[in-house]
Amino acid sequence: MKTLFVNRIHRVSIPIIITCLLVGVMLAGCAPAATPPAATDNTSAQGTAFPITPGTPRFKIATTTSLYDTGLWNYLEPMFEKKANVRLDIVYAGTGAALEYGRRGDVDALVVHDPEAEAQFIADGYGINKRSFAFNHFLIAGPVGDPAGIKGLTPEQAFKKIYDAGIADPSKVKFISRGDNSGTHSKEKLIWQAAGLKYADVEKSGPWYVEAGKGMGPCLLMASEQGAYILADISTFLAYKGKVNVAPLVEKGDLFLNVYDVIAINPDKIKTAKMLPTANTFINWLMSDDVQNIIATYGVAEYGKPLFNPLKGGGCTEPGCPKLEDYTVPVK
Amino acid sequence: MQEIWQALVQAVNLIVTLDPEVIQISLRSLYVSASSILIAALFCVPIGGLIHFHDFRGKRVVINVIQTFYSLPTVVVGLLVFLFISRSGPLGGLELLFTPAAIIIGQVILIMPVLTGMTIGALSGVDKSIRDTALSSGASNTQAMQAILFEARFAVVGALILGFGRAISEVGAALMLGGNIRGYTRVLTTAISLETQRGDIVLSLALGIILIGIAMVVSVITNILLQRY
Repeated sequence: MKTLFVNRIHRVSIPIIITCLLVGVMLAGCAPAATPPAATDNTSAQGTAFPITPGTPRFKIATTTSLYDTGLWNYLEPMFEKKANVRLDIVYAGTGAALEYGRRGDVDALVVHDPEAEAQFIADGYGINKRSFAFNHFLIAGPVGDPAGIKGLTPEQAFKKIYDAGIADPSKVKFISRGDNSGTHSKEKLIWQAAGLKYADVEKSGPWYVEAGKGMGPCLLMASEQGAYILADISTFLAYKGKVNVAPLVEKGDLFLNVYDVIAINPDKIKTAKMLPTANTFINWLMSDDVQNIIATYGVAEYGKPLFNPLKGGGCTEPGCPKLEDYTVPVK
Repeated sequence: MQEIWQALVQAVNLIVTLDPEVIQISLRSLYVSASSILIAALFCVPIGGLIHFHDFRGKRVVINVIQTFYSLPTVVVGLLVFLFISRSGPLGGLELLFTPAAIIIGQVILIMPVLTGMTIGALSGVDKSIRDTALSSGASNTQAMQAILFEARFAVVGALILGFGRAISEVGAALMLGGNIRGYTRVLTTAISLETQRGDIVLSLALGIILIGIAMVVSVITNILLQRY
């Protein structure tokens, strides 16, 4: 009996050993995944399985979801990796979350679009070397039938009308809010304020106001499903146009300007931020003609017009546009 | 509904054409979750054994606590680990956030309770007479334990597969700790979440089908090995 047990134990140990070997080989084979692949390896972004070349520094940025969801970063990422000889790690998050990553020192630079929150971030000492590199506009989209009758109004008037109609009959008129402290959410709050309403009241005024807590894309899909009104940036709207059943209803208004900024993390405040030179290269590169030209044409083939407008020669002349030096003077 | 059929076609297409990005993401998923389950097993199977083979005060309470943590939400694990490994957290100096290692840490914590609890359950499920028979036929205490472990092997491996399943299918910790960085920390579940966000339902479903395929292969191979011995 005793030997029988021992035998059985030995037999059971064989698969364990085999499994361990297999796993060992796998771990060894995959270990380089934890180390940075070669930046010179252009295909790495396209995804060779586990490119090996340890030592290439990783440069981490947090970017707003609208720039990510439209696929622009997929396009720019390998270019910058080649230029700066780093691995560019892109984390996408709403502006609120991106700023929080910045405050905690978890990223080296931010790409965001919320002027007020950015000003606070810089005033608190977390960010330096802010520059602008692209802009576009927001729009209000909604069901094709336009039950609240907002077509052609200003953003403020349209919001007031949606508010009144939503409270009167939530089954007909709904509004989807990002509700996630993103740049778009901040813009929405500004427009409510301009419409003469307190955001805290709007938020609690009834079932017509839907806080989604999701990114721009999912919110557009939700608005399409529910036949609701929504504030969206035009880039994401264009990228989703074929997938959603909502029409652009209000497209003009001073409040609709949407400027994308890039900010480096201040190493004087965040001791762990060691990549300021790379961050500066990154900021200057975004303002360079190379990138500005790409922005000017990105999306034209697919959507008929560019998703974003470059600031350089892009004709941003309306009130609220950044000053010339904010998108031309290189940072040091 | 047509999307489901399209997704099946696309999944097959992605596999047959060996789409490099999909292969890379799938291998990374497998690597991360297999590492998690192995690290967790290293701790949890012995701990489960210790708890099962020893009688102590409060044993039931310990087991209850372990079982309570079966329902640990992945996002909560993600958040807690995030606070520890964020650069301004206590382990910030290790610079683990937004790396594959961070996902592994999260998944290990996530599956530890399940693995420990299921090991205890597996050992409890072995007929008591086996231990008595072993002891009465002259086996030492250790040998009797080994006999019980051997008898419980199917259930223990079942627990390992369950833990692997929980690891490879979770998205909360992987998204929060890995950051879903393309070519670095993107795994199948975070890719699915992103493609859903982007509105590409067919690709999302196709990736889901591939994930299930990986789970199936892992479970079949494990069972074949187990049957053979």
